[in-house]
Amino acid sequence: MIELVISAIISCILAFFVVYFTTPPLIKILEKNNFTVKDMNKKENVMVARPGGISIILGIIVSEIVLYGFFQLNEILAIIITTTAAFLIGYVDDRKVMGGWFKPVTLAIAALPIIFFGTYDSDLAFPLFGDVQIPLLYLGLIIFMIPITGNTINSIDVLNGVASGFMIIASFTLSICLFILQNYEIAIISLPLGFVSLAFYKYHKMPSKIFPGDSGALTFGAMYGVIAIVGGVEIIAAIALLPAVINSFLFLSSVKRIVEHRQIKGKPVEHTDDFKLKATNDKTAPVTLVRLILAGGSLTEKQVGFVIFKLAIFSGILAIVTAFLMGVSL
Amino acid sequence: MKSGLYGFLFAMWILIIIGGGIMVVLLGPFSIQQYGDFHWIIASGIKVTIALILVVIWIMILSKLKNWIFRKELKF
Repeated sequence: MIELVISAIISCILAFFVVYFTTPPLIKILEKNNFTVKDMNKKENVMVARPGGISIILGIIVSEIVLYGFFQLNEILAIIITTTAAFLIGYVDDRKVMGGWFKPVTLAIAALPIIFFGTYDSDLAFPLFGDVQIPLLYLGLIIFMIPITGNTINSIDVLNGVASGFMIIASFTLSICLFILQNYEIAIISLPLGFVSLAFYKYHKMPSKIFPGDSGALTFGAMYGVIAIVGGVEIIAAIALLPAVINSFLFLSSVKRIVEHRQIKGKPVEHTDDFKLKATNDKTAPVTLVRLILAGGSLTEKQVGFVIFKLAIFSGILAIVTAFLMGVSL
Repeated sequence: MKSGLYGFLFAMWILIIIGGGIMVVLLGPFSIQQYGDFHWIIASGIKVTIALILVVIWIMILSKLKNWIFRKELKF
């Protein structure tokens, strides 16, 4: 028990401070090399460094390697390899504009270490009703899960601080659920994701000094997906992620095809004269979570972010209730 | 609007729990014995098909629910 506590404390401190101390020099290096993009939601011409995925993956790798020193679990290796692969995929997309197929296909390949290491249980656990054994279907679920979680987090990375703030809430919720289910080792392995997100949020929150980019968003999403699989909490993880799932669902059900955001011509959101955000009436634009939030009236970028966080907390509570319901059988 | 979003989240949660129940009740006890060594592959194939049908039904219900909850807002 003491070993669990010590490993948890060391890995969490490392996860937080590696990101906390490496992000400022990373911002300087990126700005010096002109790796910046315009912040579209600012009145002035504000350029923001991108991608911040480099410090995020560094924090994750360092903390997970330390945890491997304590536990020697294949689950940790699967997390490190799949998350690093997702970071590299995102980094390629940050540097070069790739086709719509690139991220889903390569992220599906990135999920293969989970299968090779055998770090999954093909029983899918549901609250109240128990488990269902789906060996073949579960392999498909693994292949689909990482692209889905990766792209879901990527799709919500539209406003200052939203992706990292959302990830803090979702990942700590997942860790709490793993503790409730007494899956202590995986719970500890999952903690660095929350602390990495927390440290990155300091620089990503409004007004952003750095954007995570595809490399950061895919790193967050892929690690979240792997934890869900190796921890056997797929359903709980999906519930904690529901606001982001709604965003993807609304987008896909309005566009009716898998397409990159940059390929969409219609604008879902525009700015008022005082540079608040407001929903457009453009019928060709996709329906998104932000557009739906703004349908009630214009809001500042910060206000929209807080509405998303409140939704994330609400689904986090539903996820925790679900974790308790896992122990109840009808 | 915001209450509509919370309602939609809650509805999704209920649908997940009900869908899980149907999965466990329908797919859990399902097995085939008369095809020798291949029985688990055939059973898995059938389970995959049923699961996909359930997912499609789930998405259709969710889509209807979305249109109903956000009927005022989804005029754009």
